[in-house]
Amino acid sequence: MSQIFFDEMYDPNGQVRPHYREFARWLAETPEETLAQRRREADLLFHRAGITFTLYGDEQGTERLIPFDIIPRSIPASEWWVVEKGCIQRVKALNLFLADLYHDQRIIKAGVIPADQVLANEQYQLAMQGLDLHRGIYSHISGVDLVRDGDGTFYVLEDNLRTPSGVSYMLEDRKMMMRLFPELFSAQRVLPIDHYPNLLLDTLKSSSPLDNPSVVVMTPGRFNSAYFEHAFLAREMGVELVEGADMFVRDDKVFMRTTDGPQPVDVIYRRLDDAFLDPLAFNPDSMLGVPGLLSAYRAGNVVLANAIGTGVADDKSVYPFVTDMIRFYLDEEPILKNVPTWQCRKPEELSHVLAHLPELVVKETQGSGGYGMLVGPAATREEIDTFRARLKAKPHAYIAQPTLSLSTCPTFVESGIAPRHIDLRPFVLSGRETRVVPGGLTRVALREGSLVVNSSQGGGTKDTWVVED
Amino acid sequence: MLSRTASDLYWMSRYLERAENMARMLDVSYSLSMMPQDGRDGLDEIAMPLLITGTLEDYLGRHGQMHAERMLDFFALAADNPVSIYSCLGAARASAHAVRGRITADMWENINASWLEIRGIAQQGLNRYGMSRFCEWLKERSHLFRGATYGTIMRNDAFRFIRLGTFIERADNTLRLLDARYEMMSIKALDSVDDESAWSYYQWSALLRALSSFEAYTEVYRDAPAARPVAELLLLRADVPRSLRACTDEINRILSVLPGINGRPAQRRVAEMDARLRYTGIDEILEAGLHEWLNAFIASIRELGAAIHTSYLEVV
Repeated sequence: MSQIFFDEMYDPNGQVRPHYREFARWLAETPEETLAQRRREADLLFHRAGITFTLYGDEQGTERLIPFDIIPRSIPASEWWVVEKGCIQRVKALNLFLADLYHDQRIIKAGVIPADQVLANEQYQLAMQGLDLHRGIYSHISGVDLVRDGDGTFYVLEDNLRTPSGVSYMLEDRKMMMRLFPELFSAQRVLPIDHYPNLLLDTLKSSSPLDNPSVVVMTPGRFNSAYFEHAFLAREMGVELVEGADMFVRDDKVFMRTTDGPQPVDVIYRRLDDAFLDPLAFNPDSMLGVPGLLSAYRAGNVVLANAIGTGVADDKSVYPFVTDMIRFYLDEEPILKNVPTWQCRKPEELSHVLAHLPELVVKETQGSGGYGMLVGPAATREEIDTFRARLKAKPHAYIAQPTLSLSTCPTFVESGIAPRHIDLRPFVLSGRETRVVPGGLTRVALREGSLVVNSSQGGGTKDTWVVED
Repeated sequence: MLSRTASDLYWMSRYLERAENMARMLDVSYSLSMMPQDGRDGLDEIAMPLLITGTLEDYLGRHGQMHAERMLDFFALAADNPVSIYSCLGAARASAHAVRGRITADMWENINASWLEIRGIAQQGLNRYGMSRFCEWLKERSHLFRGATYGTIMRNDAFRFIRLGTFIERADNTLRLLDARYEMMSIKALDSVDDESAWSYYQWSALLRALSSFEAYTEVYRDAPAARPVAELLLLRADVPRSLRACTDEINRILSVLPGINGRPAQRRVAEMDARLRYTGIDEILEAGLHEWLNAFIASIRELGAAIHTSYLEVV
C-alpha cells in the first residue's frame, strides 16, 4: 500500500518547511546527549507533577503518564487563522443547531436533516425540549478534532460537544517546553495559550445571567481518567472542585456543603456525562450525581456547561450533516471540510462499505476514545470478518470513512527520530463571543504506521505551536 | 470551603504528621535497641512502636513471634499493614490527590514525590536502604512538605485545616510517646528510682531527640534529663513546638478564627483544654499520676477530633 503523507516539518523534497527552520537549526545544533537528558527530565517532571491518566479496564487503576514528545507540532499563523475561523464557524452552527433542535426544529422541517436521525437518537434529551438557555448556548466548551490528508488539507474528523478533554495537556506541554527549552521561545514568536483558564472562567461566568455567579467544576471523582484535568482547571480558575455528594438541591436551587454551611452554586462546569448528572432523572444507580439537579436546571436556577443533550450534535451519524448546518444557519460556505462519510444505515452505502472494508475506517456512531473502531488497512482478516458481521447486524450503529493518510511529524522513538501520525484538537469556547486560543492538543500515534492517536491506545502528545510567519 | 475538601486537607496533614511521628518513634526505639540489653536483643524496644500504635497484636497474628527485622518492616514499609508508615504516606498522598486543586503545585509535587520515593524504598527493602537513613529521609520529606506549605499556600481556611490536622496528630503523638517511655522507665526505675543512671539518661534523651526537643531541654534546664523536667517541657512549655501546650495553643487559635457557628462545641472544648494546661503545674500532674493524666488527655484529644469532625468535616 503506497500512500503519500503530508509531513508537518519537511516538504515533499525533503526540505525543512519555512516555519520549522528555526527549530530544525536548533535540533541540529543541540547535542543528542542534551536532548536525551531533557527528555528524561520531562518524564520525571510529569511524573512528579502527577500529570497522569487512569486507564479504564486496567484492574489496578494504574496511573500512567501520557508520553510527551519534545518535537513540537508547528503551524504557520496564516494557516492557523483559517483553522480558527473554521472551528468557530462550525461550533456556532452546532450551537444554533442544538437550539433549533430543542425548539422549533426548522432544520428538520426544511428537510435538511431527516427527523429520525436526531429525534430517535439516544442522545436526544426530551427534557431539553423547549428549555431556553442563556445566550442560547449549549456547547460552551467544544473540541474539534482535525487531521490533515496527504495534500495537506485540514479535515474535521469529529466534533466533541459533551465533555471534551485534553486541554490540560495542551497547557502543561507548553509549560514543559518553556521550562526545558526556553531558548526556542526567544528564537521565534510562538503565540501564547496560557490564558485559556482565564477565557474558560469568563465563558462560564457569561453563561449565567447573574453578575458574579458562583462557578464550580464538577468531577466524577479522583478515579476518573481525566481527574487530573478537572483539578487542574478548578485550580487554574480558582473555583471549587466538587463531586456530586458535595452538592444538594433545595427548593430547586443548588448548594454546596461547606465548612461555613450551605453556599449557592450558579454555574456547574460538569465533567461527567448526562446519564450520571441526576439519579432522579437519568441513571438511578448513579452515585456521582445530585438528586434534583435536572429540576433545578429546568427551573433556570443553575447553568450546566455543557448543556444536557449536546451529544445529539456530535454523534457520528449527525456528523455528515454539519456542513449543511453551516449553510442552513449561517448562510456561509464551510471553511473546514468534512471527511466523506458513508452512513451504514442506508442500504446502498452499506453495501459499498461491506465491499471495501479493507480500505475503510469503520466507527461506532456513539463510540469515542478509539474504542470499537476498525482501521481497515491495519486490520487482520478475522477483525474484518468480525466487523462485517457486526455491520450487518446493526448497520445504523456505524459509519465508515476512507482511511485518511494523517499527516506526520518527526517524533522521538526508540530508534531515533521518525515520522509519526498526528491529529489536532483546538478548544472552542462559546460565551459572550466564540473564541479559540491559538493552538490545541496535538496527539501522536507512537506506534509505527498507527493512525490511532487516543491516549487510551498508546498515543502521546506534543506541544502545538502557532508561529508567526 | 467544601466540607469534603476541608476533610481531605485535614487528613492529608494528619496522616503525614503521623508518618513523621512514627518515623520518630522508630528512630528512638531502633537506636535504643542497640544499647547493651539484658539478654533480649532489644526486642522489647523494637516492639514498642507497635505497642504504642496498637498494632502489636496484629503483627503477632500475622507473623507469630517477635522478630526484629520483621517487626521493623511491618511497622515501616508493610503495604498490608494499614497503619504502617508506608500506608500512612499513601493515605496522605491519596488525600492530597483528592484536593490537588486546592493545594499548591509545590505541595502536591512534594508529597507525590515522597510517595514515589517510598515505593522505591519499599522495593529495595529496609535493610538495604538503612533504618536510620529511612527515618531521616521521612522526617526530611515531612519538613519539606511543611516548608512548601508555609512558603506557598494562601493563609485561608485551607491552610487552617491543614494545620489543624498537624497539631491534633502531634499532640496525640507527644502524649503517647511520653506515656510509653514513662511506663518503660517505671517498670525498671520504681525500685531504684535511679534517675542518674546511664540507662535512664539514654531513655530520656532518646525521647527528647525523637521529639526534636533535646536542644530545648538542655537550654531550659541545663541538666541531665529526668522524668519531672522532661514531662514539664513536653507538656507545659508553650515555646517548645512539639509540646502539648504548643499544640493546644495552635489548635485554639485556629478554631477561634474558622468561620461559622457550627464550630462552637469544638471551640469550647479546646479552649477548656488550653486553660487546663495554662493554669496547672507539673507537680499537680505528677500528683494525679502521670500515666492517668496522660491517658485522660489522650481521650480529650480524641473527643476534640470527633467534635471537629461533626462541626466542620461532615456538615450536612
